[in-house]
Amino acid sequence: MSGATKIGVRVTEIVPLNNLVTRFKFEPLDGSLLPTFSGGAHTVVEMKDGDRTRLNPYSLMSDPSDRNAYTISVRRDDEGRGGSLFLHKNVKVGDEMVLSNPVNLFSLDLRAKKHLMIAGGIGITPFMAQIKQLDRNHGNWELHYSARSEDLASYARELTSEHPNDVHVYYNDKDQSIDLEQLLDGQPLGTHIYICGPRGMIDWVRGTAKELGWPREAVHFEEFLAPKPGKPFEVKLAVSNKVIEVGEHESLLEAIERAGVDAPYLCRGGACGQCETNVLECDGEIVHRDHWLEPDEHASNEKIMPCVSRFTGKTLVLDR
Amino acid sequence: MVEKPLTHGVIGRDDMTIQFNDETFRDDYSFYNSAWAIKRFPFPFDKDDYMYSVNMEPHAGGREGSIFDNRFDVDEHYVSEMRDRALVLASDPLRCQSLPHMTLAGWDLLELIMVSKSEDYPDMFELHRDGDKWRWINKPLGIDDSFTFLDETTLPYGPMEYITRQTQGDFAVLDQRDDNLWMDAGMITTQADWSLDFDIGMNFFEWHAPVPLAHEKGIFVRALKFLLNIQQGSPVRRLNWTMTVNPLLDTSPENYHKWGVQKTTLTPDNLGSKQHLRVELQTFFRLPRSNAMVFPIRCYLCAFQDIVSVPKWGRRLHRVIRDLPDELAEYKGFAANRPMMLDYLAKFDDGLPTSPGIWPEIETEPALQK
Repeated sequence: MSGATKIGVRVTEIVPLNNLVTRFKFEPLDGSLLPTFSGGAHTVVEMKDGDRTRLNPYSLMSDPSDRNAYTISVRRDDEGRGGSLFLHKNVKVGDEMVLSNPVNLFSLDLRAKKHLMIAGGIGITPFMAQIKQLDRNHGNWELHYSARSEDLASYARELTSEHPNDVHVYYNDKDQSIDLEQLLDGQPLGTHIYICGPRGMIDWVRGTAKELGWPREAVHFEEFLAPKPGKPFEVKLAVSNKVIEVGEHESLLEAIERAGVDAPYLCRGGACGQCETNVLECDGEIVHRDHWLEPDEHASNEKIMPCVSRFTGKTLVLDR
Repeated sequence: MVEKPLTHGVIGRDDMTIQFNDETFRDDYSFYNSAWAIKRFPFPFDKDDYMYSVNMEPHAGGREGSIFDNRFDVDEHYVSEMRDRALVLASDPLRCQSLPHMTLAGWDLLELIMVSKSEDYPDMFELHRDGDKWRWINKPLGIDDSFTFLDETTLPYGPMEYITRQTQGDFAVLDQRDDNLWMDAGMITTQADWSLDFDIGMNFFEWHAPVPLAHEKGIFVRALKFLLNIQQGSPVRRLNWTMTVNPLLDTSPENYHKWGVQKTTLTPDNLGSKQHLRVELQTFFRLPRSNAMVFPIRCYLCAFQDIVSVPKWGRRLHRVIRDLPDELAEYKGFAANRPMMLDYLAKFDDGLPTSPGIWPEIETEPALQK
């Protein structure tokens, strides 16, 4: 069985926060306790959508030491492949669902003298858990949170009222923005930066930090890629001797699983490396979309991350 | 089976399922394995030759009564091993170290061990939890402590030291960052010739630098990738092995001047009782609160004369030691004694085939035919 260990849960609360974001609370089915986790961890939510199984990763935002329930906040993506829409439209309080054990690809560096968090939009969620973890251990942190508008700034009000000195919120519709150079320039030695938000924000903060001479190891980021839809294509799986068709709205990994082939995975968002697969033959172009492979590996067309990457061309044969 | 003298002491209580040996791992070396312990010894060779491999499997139970059965195996050596650990720490406190950012991982480890042992051995260990008020009862060691979880001031030692003074095996606690693992804490008193004080703060590639052949085979790159992805609730394990003359737990570089010379005391007559196969059960667990990893390294010792009492193991050990590449015999520190070991082991190899797998198969494997 691939992926992390599974946990059976029941949906016990659904709270719409604004036009786009809804919070879901899950409690274990058997009345037992959930595993503790570390701030920044995500869970993969399994959704039974007709005869199709959707698996989407979401950051855990509840208190990591609360073992009675997990909560996630999901932003509706009207142009995506439907996982977030399914959660928003089809999931009801009382439904049974399956989560994976927590997996952390965005861990705090506990050596840091100070944790400087930079969030954009729904990227606020992993920080919610990290802040609770740090508060318990009297950690030194500061949050800079940028959102489109006051309406869409989920949790901004709670955060600012609980931590008026440590939380700074910026509303784009009021032309507020983070003065990044000034912010980074004023940090004490031993500060670590954490970024979670859209790709543009991650690139901007990483680029600026690099220019200012920040060590690479002190800059952490997380961006889950939702697998993008794309043109259907055909793949041959050499080990299992199958030819499969990858549909417009499914990922290559999902198509492999649909064909009954057990392929390894963890994050399903191009970050963890677990689903890395050797390419045996490639006559065409692999559309690499992951954060895992190195640029020379992308260019070589010898490896593919089937959770997010696609293919256009004549023949693709995988070692799976 | 080799007859055991009846003079060996035991300690323990009638209400516990294990009788603990009263034995030493130094000076007079009164360490011994009972017939039960020999039969469950983790013989590390699943076929007649050996080469490095990552050889990982899920640490999710195993054959009943085997050392794989529980998350943290407790056996007849428990009480005496903990006594030996206390002696090592008294003379060299640097065998236990924890960098400041690793305290949370220490609490993770304390929780993992207390929960596992109280569930797996309820007759010997009890854990009572009321919120963060915890009470821990360890009957074999006569401990009954109440403390506040995550409050170091309520324990006599830091959380990692406290629990690993009560748990067999060495513990390397590894921080995970920058796609690497860092040896940032540990309790290392029963090691096969490596030093925590030397390795502390090193990353996975740095502390494995001395191992021959494996780097060329790309084993460490693959092993690290695998380890970084180990998830909560899905621990893994592997076996590793080396050779030790006399049943010494503490074969550290710090004390090489004391034990290294003992390798020259082997004679054809004493080899069967003095030469021990040293097997490490290495397990890997993800720690939940810190996202660190713990790498417990549990050492099992078995004298050659006890190993060859199992016909399949006698045949196979001879073949493995005979055909091992020189670099490995050198690295594992027994190249000089190998000819003498082979003279001894050859007597227990009649050339018959062996069945696959590590288990003793005493009932089905033929007795020695010479």
